[in-house]
Amino acid sequence: MGLLDIFRTRSNEPSAKMAKERLQILIAHERAQGQHRTPNYLPEMQKEILEVIRKYVHVEDDAVKFEVEHNEQFELFELNITLPEKLEGGERQSD
Amino acid sequence: MSKVLVVTSGKGGVGKTTTSAAISSGLAMAGKKTVVIDFDVGLRNLDLIMGVERRVVYDIVNVIHGEAGLNQALIRHKEVDNLYVLPASQTKDKDALSEEGVGKVLDELREEGFDYIVCDSPAGIERGAQLAMYYADEAIVVSNPEISSVRDSDRMLGILASKSRRAKEGETAIKEHLLITRYAPDRVGTGEMLSVEDMMEILAVPLLGVIPESNAVLQASNAGRPVILDDSTDAGQAYEDAVGRLLGEDRPMRFIETEKKSFLGRLFGRS
Repeated sequence: MGLLDIFRTRSNEPSAKMAKERLQILIAHERAQGQHRTPNYLPEMQKEILEVIRKYVHVEDDAVKFEVEHNEQFELFELNITLPEKLEGGERQSD
Repeated sequence: MSKVLVVTSGKGGVGKTTTSAAISSGLAMAGKKTVVIDFDVGLRNLDLIMGVERRVVYDIVNVIHGEAGLNQALIRHKEVDNLYVLPASQTKDKDALSEEGVGKVLDELREEGFDYIVCDSPAGIERGAQLAMYYADEAIVVSNPEISSVRDSDRMLGILASKSRRAKEGETAIKEHLLITRYAPDRVGTGEMLSVEDMMEILAVPLLGVIPESNAVLQASNAGRPVILDDSTDAGQAYEDAVGRLLGEDRPMRFIETEKKSFLGRLFGRS
């Protein structure tokens, strides 16, 4: 009984670790998303940036990703734009 | 100067009312004039845990509506000097409490010279919970070592930091404390339960105390006698330590280590 328990305990071991890892990912995500910690000018800025980009390149809504990361000392604003494979309207200098 | 202290958690059933009862009793026993207010309108239970349910005549909603004076509604605890209970109303009206009304009651309590005003928050993040924390100077966030409770505690910390009066008026932030309840060191030892360190790392809030999972808590609520009044129990002692820390004392954490079994003990013993 006691001998078996030792092995059984081993197989249970990761569950608290799993809980911690899941929580860390989830909470980091929720803190980034939650209105309370995200600057409220963000949606407006997002819209304007998108408009500026569209003056030059046509991009879909889902081609632009905005993310705000919170660190202890600073906040990081990340903007990711996936350009379409073929640039439309842009004049290429070479070729 | 009165201090307004909210006991909150987001999730239900983690021990908010048990904690409110214990902490307010402990503060009163330390000589602080203390009142504990039940904000769970419609589902009052603090009166039961405090053992004053048969003496409720008026409640906080009556005071706000001017149907009773504050001193008529306050119930003086018979066993603990300096301790008063302000019960919640059993009305189903969700809008019975207002920001203005609660503010008025708190002002009156300040004038009465209370050192500590402890607000027992209802579960959830609805109106009652928001009003309980709105005027707080300090917050005790109660959390079990359990994944959904930790998540909800984090949500609540976000709300304290953004929706409280202090946040809205740009004053210094609410002082936050983490209180871990229903902690089982042996299960932490086997890796089944989040540890104190895990929870502190995730929530990043200073630790006020760790209350072990204990039979004493159920017995205390059965008897209507806050668990801190029985200083022979582990939970009672752990709450007493937490009150000491709240008052600025430096006390080592107890009840967070499991008793170490010998190798042979583990081999042959049953847990």
